[in-house]
Amino acid sequence: MTVEPLQTMVSIRPLIAVLVSLLVIPILMSSARSPNVREAWTLGAAALKFLVVASMLPLVLGGFQIEYSIARVLPGYGLELRVDALGMLFALVSSSLWIVTSIYSIGYMRGLKEHAQTRYYCFFALSLSATIGVAFSANLLTMYLFYEVLSLATYPLVTHHQDPEARSSGRKYLVFILGTSIAMVLPAMVFIAQKTGTLTFAPQGIAAGTIGPQAATVLLLLFVFGFAKAALMPFHAWLPAAMVAPTPVSALLHAVAVVKVGVFCILRVMTSIFGTGMLTDLNISTAVCTIAAFTMIVSSLIALSQDGLKRRLAFSTIGQLSYIVLGAALLSKSGLIGAALHIAMHAFGKITLFFCAGAIFVASGVKNVSGMAGIGRRMPLTMAAFFIGSLSVIGLPPGGGFISKWHLAIGTVEAHQFVMLAALLVSSLLNAAYFLPVVYRAFFCPEPESLFTGPVQEAPTWCLLPPLLTAAASVVLFFYPQPFLDLARLAAQSIFGG
Amino acid sequence: MKEQLPALIVAVPLLAALLVTALWWFDRRLCFPIAIAAVGASLAAAVTLLLRVLSEGAVDYYLGGWPPPVGIAYRIDHLNGLIAVAVSLVSFLNLAACRTVAEQEFREKTGAFYALYLLFTTGLLGILITGDAFNLYVLLEISSLTGYALLGLGPGRAFLSGLNYVFMGTVGASLYLLGIGYLYVITGSLNMADIAAILPSLLPSNLVIMAFVLCLTGLFVKMALLPLHGWLPNAYTYAPSMVSSLIAPLTTKVMIYVMIRITLSVFSFDFAFDETLLRLPILWLAILAITIGSLMALSQRRLKKMLSYIVVAEVGYMVGGFWLGNRSGMSGAVLHIINDAFMTLCVFLAAGAIAFKAEDDRLRNLTGLFRTMPATMAALVVGALSLIGIPPTCGFFSKWYLISGGIEAGQYGFVAALIFSSLVNGILFFRVFEICYFEPTSPPHAYRYRRTVPAAGTGAVTEAPADLLTVLIATAVLLIVLGLYSGEIVTRVIHLALPPGLS
Repeated sequence: MTVEPLQTMVSIRPLIAVLVSLLVIPILMSSARSPNVREAWTLGAAALKFLVVASMLPLVLGGFQIEYSIARVLPGYGLELRVDALGMLFALVSSSLWIVTSIYSIGYMRGLKEHAQTRYYCFFALSLSATIGVAFSANLLTMYLFYEVLSLATYPLVTHHQDPEARSSGRKYLVFILGTSIAMVLPAMVFIAQKTGTLTFAPQGIAAGTIGPQAATVLLLLFVFGFAKAALMPFHAWLPAAMVAPTPVSALLHAVAVVKVGVFCILRVMTSIFGTGMLTDLNISTAVCTIAAFTMIVSSLIALSQDGLKRRLAFSTIGQLSYIVLGAALLSKSGLIGAALHIAMHAFGKITLFFCAGAIFVASGVKNVSGMAGIGRRMPLTMAAFFIGSLSVIGLPPGGGFISKWHLAIGTVEAHQFVMLAALLVSSLLNAAYFLPVVYRAFFCPEPESLFTGPVQEAPTWCLLPPLLTAAASVVLFFYPQPFLDLARLAAQSIFGG
Repeated sequence: MKEQLPALIVAVPLLAALLVTALWWFDRRLCFPIAIAAVGASLAAAVTLLLRVLSEGAVDYYLGGWPPPVGIAYRIDHLNGLIAVAVSLVSFLNLAACRTVAEQEFREKTGAFYALYLLFTTGLLGILITGDAFNLYVLLEISSLTGYALLGLGPGRAFLSGLNYVFMGTVGASLYLLGIGYLYVITGSLNMADIAAILPSLLPSNLVIMAFVLCLTGLFVKMALLPLHGWLPNAYTYAPSMVSSLIAPLTTKVMIYVMIRITLSVFSFDFAFDETLLRLPILWLAILAITIGSLMALSQRRLKKMLSYIVVAEVGYMVGGFWLGNRSGMSGAVLHIINDAFMTLCVFLAAGAIAFKAEDDRLRNLTGLFRTMPATMAALVVGALSLIGIPPTCGFFSKWYLISGGIEAGQYGFVAALIFSSLVNGILFFRVFEICYFEPTSPPHAYRYRRTVPAAGTGAVTEAPADLLTVLIATAVLLIVLGLYSGEIVTRVIHLALPPGLS
């Protein structure tokens, strides 16, 4: 197993990428009185953030790591940023989708005349800063910092409506997300720092040799469950509850940024703290595989029975997140490529579905699957995007999800985990079973059962355009999965060599 | 002048206190500027001294030129140099914040308030820098007596809870005095360094252990370590808000400093940790303080009382961290003295601002505060995050050392208590935020943009007075700055303050 050493360069660009959306907050607050100016600033910040992230892409693809040290907050451990292939992939996904979501937010929030929109845009920007911070963290401490910032920044978004339902959901959200990170991740992290003397991510891990098998098992479970944003069962209940948030929040945060931060953290800890070598030797990742497979199947079964469209999507997300955790826990090269790719592919597919759900709500007030019979006649474009999005999430061509699931399947074979392969396939069938009937009944339900008649009436353009864009992106990603595939391969190479 | 700095730290506020008392009868406008200038001078002197300690090592000063053991010696090293800066800064910030509120609250007694404030600060700073065990007692009494008077300035039950504090505090101080008396009988000296030099030749001795236990017990009363905490919650709750934001951040912290000083500089590390069996029992007391303090906080209905019980729990953090007896734990304890002083200042100032505006700090009446006092609430959120231990606020970093020390010492009970307390703090503060954030009067989608008038009755922004608000925000920012620089503070100051050769 030979690993080429990466070339390192120091640059402030990762910090800029993190700070762009943080520094725009005061501007957003001061332009609260003129919504158009405020939204222009949001879009500008989103575009700038994406450009800064994208400007580092050629360097990362060229085999560079970009580092920047912010402060030495503890002796031996500092707040440090480092851009590598895996982080780049995640940052690219989040920052590009923030642009689309910002466009969508304008249509959605104004369409529904939501209150406190300035607060909404401010905390949205803060969440994105934290997300990029997690993606670019060079050590566990920095990652934990941004993870917590994200937990807190999303609370006002989840509870945006400030009604009793939001209150109880917000409570659940905090208990699960903040509770687990303080009760499980924090002690596990201090323990590792105490025993190994470092927290900096390394391609081969840092725990090997200093932490015994029992301790490693406990620590791994503390991390896997403690990063509850990954919504592994039984720590998943916050995600369906968080669906009370305005739909753009559900779309970007609870299908992409927040939940992917959870799996991203698990991925990082497994590969760069424990190291695949150590996990293979101790043979403890099967436990994680099993948890992931269980979550995958059970959440899909629950999704089948959900009538609320957003809740159905939420349970689908829980299942898809487990694909990523499973891919990492397979400890095989293709598995890891599949896991990393699925972060991107699922993001584009699922955000499309959420955008559609929101567009349907704005245009017709429908929230439930049962109320969507025949809606394809009223909103054909939206439902076409919905169809493409579900293809991608199910993993059927020409959706980008096919590519990631293909790699995941190969990964199970490489790892000789045939039970997991079966679980993957069964779960994909279940995915089809909870998505395709929705699409089918939207377009092809018989005339008398149809709840919608009359002329085509789509959502406002600001709401309609984003799902079409992301649906198109899902298809494009099937044919041209670069640069995500290249980044995933680079990430796997740095860990497995070759 | 430069050589006289240690004396000036104490002398300037002491003399200013007399001046303020006199001036109140002549020109009241001068009282506040003189008071703040005096505390500012103490702060400047403390900072200068700390810088000198950092570059040249410990500074010795003999009052009146009399060398010890006859005369009183002041000795500033890394430990008290750092804490003196923190204490004088807290006192300075709080004084800068309190003018509007104090003058409205105390009216005719404002002059007395400023004088007592200065005397109290004098006492605490004196405790910090003195190198004489009996002089420490004298200064302890100065700060305590002024503390009683300050607490008693409040309305209603304040004087009763202040009286309770007088009784308990007197018992604590007497126990400490008794311990010092034992030491004097054994060694014939009152100077800390002198006693430390004589003691080893007398060991093992039950008398010395007795002296140590008496001193510690007295200090435990003064720092409100559970189960000796009974005086604290009511005293802090019913005190005027500008008094509780002075006393709550400082008193317990300074007492913990005295515990550390007496243990390390009078009795020595080896004696305290190896020759007595005190380590584990005190550690368990600390665990108990953390757990029960947190649970008691959970059952409170008033903001200030809830915060007071958090202070009780935080005392357990520091006592436990110190008695872990390793480098991480002790660093955590000292760092937490600094951090907790500012965190407590932040939340008590915010509580003061809320009490000033809302005139009621019962939790259920705090609705709508995020709208009416957004800046105050933002500062309270930062203070709360620090108490919960969310990075990059400073509270996270001291907690890091404490947990790390607990793991290193194999004291998982202490680690569990810390985590438990963090979780409870999370519940405590988010319960408050929930009440402040979710308003029964605000229906969803009710108004379109901020420019339209908010729901009737909930009113527009009515923030705290400008001086209070400025200081409050500065303190909140300081919590984050302290967090980012905590690595520097620990490696450059605190590690040098601990006994060398500590594992």
